[in-house]
Parts: sequence; structure tokens; C-alpha cells
Amino acid sequence: MSEFTKGSIISNFIRLAPLMLLFLSVFNEIDLNYLEIFSLNFPFILIFYWSLRKTELLSYGFIFLAGLVNDVVTGFPIGISSFNYLLICGFAAYLRTITLRPSMVKDWFFFLFTILVVNSLSYSVLNIFFSIDLNYKNLFFNIFFTFIFYIIFANLFLIYQNKFLKESND
Amino acid sequence: MEPSRDDFIIAIRSAFLKKGTKQRFSLFFLLLFSVSLIALGKFNFTPINYLKYGINEVIYRTSFITSLPERYVGYSLKAIEEHINIYKDYSSLEEELKKLKTEKYQAKFLKSENNRLKKILEDVIYSSDVLFAKVIIDKQSPFLRSIIINKGSKNSLKKGMAVLSDNYLIGKIVEVNYMTSRVLLLSDLNSRIPVSIEPGSIQSILSGDGKNSGIIQYTKDSTVINADSIIYTSGTGGLLKPGIPIGKIYISENKNLTNFFIDFTQLRYVEVLFYTEEENK
Repeated sequence: MSEFTKGSIISNFIRLAPLMLLFLSVFNEIDLNYLEIFSLNFPFILIFYWSLRKTELLSYGFIFLAGLVNDVVTGFPIGISSFNYLLICGFAAYLRTITLRPSMVKDWFFFLFTILVVNSLSYSVLNIFFSIDLNYKNLFFNIFFTFIFYIIFANLFLIYQNKFLKESND
Repeated sequence: MEPSRDDFIIAIRSAFLKKGTKQRFSLFFLLLFSVSLIALGKFNFTPINYLKYGINEVIYRTSFITSLPERYVGYSLKAIEEHINIYKDYSSLEEELKKLKTEKYQAKFLKSENNRLKKILEDVIYSSDVLFAKVIIDKQSPFLRSIIINKGSKNSLKKGMAVLSDNYLIGKIVEVNYMTSRVLLLSDLNSRIPVSIEPGSIQSILSGDGKNSGIIQYTKDSTVINADSIIYTSGTGGLLKPGIPIGKIYISENKNLTNFFIDFTQLRYVEVLFYTEEENK
């Protein structure tokens, strides 16, 4: 009995890890902004990858909540990050629907297209409706590094998925 | 052509309208909900504001707890760095202290003289009080530069109040909740503060550059601002008390930039300034 309980706790923890990582990153704003130009939108990478590969691990409701948390922590108008995150889920779901043979490189370039669209939309809203000025150089570097780091994190998530999630499914 | 357009519509419909496995809500419904939140927030819809205040209180406290390990690492690294440089800094600080002691007496004399002259002119005298607050979140987003402090409307804080650190201005309050407030730092792109540049008493506006410096704006082309000039609040508009030191001018690529006296990445405790104008009769 205790074996079973211990096993189910570990299995639950493994399944909840992406969600916990998402909330940790929005609460803690893991953007790695310690260097002058380097910044990274880690929640974008996390949401896109898991919405594409294992959608049941990140529920849309929780993604919406994570967006609200991110807005409050960063000081953006409420609803903006939720909208961004859900739009990323939408793009990922679209890619999943049209893809017959998944390829990491194709996903990577579709991710670039996604973050370009999502960032353009959200910063247009911030600028036009809320009169918030943005530093476009910072924005460019943020998109660039998020794109570059996607492939690294995607491979790490894939290793995690192959090692733990396949076993827990069996 | 027609079948591919149909496929596209089917894929879009499937992605946005169909509820996925183990999903309680459809993406379309949540997207619509987000858009309504944004729109209602824009028009200051009262229930949304209350919802926001409630969420703010909970999330600020939770974020403070979850970011404790990262903050601890940051402070430890800073402490190690300071410890390494302690001997190097000592002699220069001793020299500076001697100079400051002399200047302190000069300042005391000037202050009393200034008050006396203001009385003659029947000008207003400012009396102020400070409230100490702890910084609970200091995440430096690449887009917004702000901090959260643990004092709010419960402590009579209001929007627009000046926030200081070691008597230097660091920003102003832009959002007040019951027990917490958000301070927009001077380095934020959206920060605009009326300032006076000395010597010369040049009136200008200081805005942030989105990084760690400030930019002096709206001065005439003929106005010459020297490097190392000191920037103070001018008090124009009555929002901020005049004469609060902010930073020093440095010139880069023909632009007048500001080096703030305070390092905004190292804020732990700040002071919120309450001030009143007293009639001088």
C-alpha cells in the first residue's frame, strides 16, 4: 500500500512538474535579466512546448491563472499575459492539428512566428490602449534570446518527457 | 485552393473551439475572458479594480516568499563583493567623509539662511515626514522597472507620493493596494519627473531609459548643461517636494544622461515621503 502511495506521489509530481515550473517562473519572474541585453521569456517556451507535445499536462485554466500572476508581478494591465499565453496555446494547438510528422526544427521556426505575432499584438495593445512606452531594443533581444533558447529547453523537456512521462504513462 | 482553405478553417476551429483532453475550458472562451478583462481594466471598471487589488495582495505576498531563495543568493553575492572591496574603499571613504563633514556645516548654515530669507519673502516652507517600507518584490522586468513595497492605503499612502532611499529620490507611487503599493522607478521608460539642474537652475523633465539611467528632456538646444551637474526635483506641479537630490549628469553621444545616486537593483528598505506646504506668515 505504502509502495503504491509513494509511487503515485512521485508520478503526480512528475506530471505536475511543468505546471509547477510555470507558476514558479511567473511568481519569481525567471527572466535572467542580470546582463545588460540578455532577457528571456521562459513561460513562452514552457507553454509552447508542453501545449504542443503533451497538452493535458498544462490545463488552459491554469495557464490563464499564470498569466494573471505574471501581470500582477510585472505590473502590466491585468489580462495581457493571459491573452499572450493562451494565444501561444492556440498556435501550438493549430500546429499540432496540422502536423503529421513532428519535427523539432519546424516547431522551432513556428515558435519564432508565434512569439513575433504574440509580442507584436500585446505591445501594440500596451502602446495604443495603455500608452505604455517600451524599449524596442530590449523587446528585440527578448524575442531573439527566447527563440534561440527554445531549442535548448525543448531538448531538455524532450529528455524529461522520454525519461519520466513515457514510463508514468505505461 | 478551396480544400486547403477549408483545412485551415477546420484546423483553426479545432485548435480554438474544441475542448482538449482534460481541459475544462475551451481556448476561445478563455481568450474572450482575457480580452474582456483587458477592456474592463482599461475603462477602470470598479469590480475589476477590486478584483485586481485582491489578486495583488495575495500574489505580492506569495511572490515575496517564492523569490526568497533568489534574493538570498543575490544579497550573499553582493555581501561577498563588498567584503572583497572593503580595504580598497576604506581610504577613499575616509577622505570623502572629511570633505562631507565640512560641507555639512556649510549646508546647515545655508539651510537656516534659506529659511530666514523665505520668511522675509513670505514663501512657503515645506515640512515633511517619512514612512519606512520594506521592498517585497524587486523584479527588474526588461520592460517595466518597478518595485512593490509593504505599505498601502492602510498607512495613508497615495498615488504620486515620492519614494526615497538614503534621502535620494528613486521613484513615485503609481498603484496603491490596501497593504502594498507599486513604486515606478525613475529608470522606467514611462517615468517623467520635473527636475531642476544645478548650477544654472535649468528646468527640465527627467525620464527613464528603461535600463539604469535617466535622460534629460525638453531643454532648449542653446541650453548648456555641464557634466557632473546635480539634478534635484523642481517641485513643479506640486506633486513632489522640491530639492530632493536625484543624480549626476554625464554626457554620452551628445545626450544628457543621468547617473542615479542609488543603485535600483539593491533596494531593501525605502522611505515614502509625506510633505506639506506651510504658509509662512
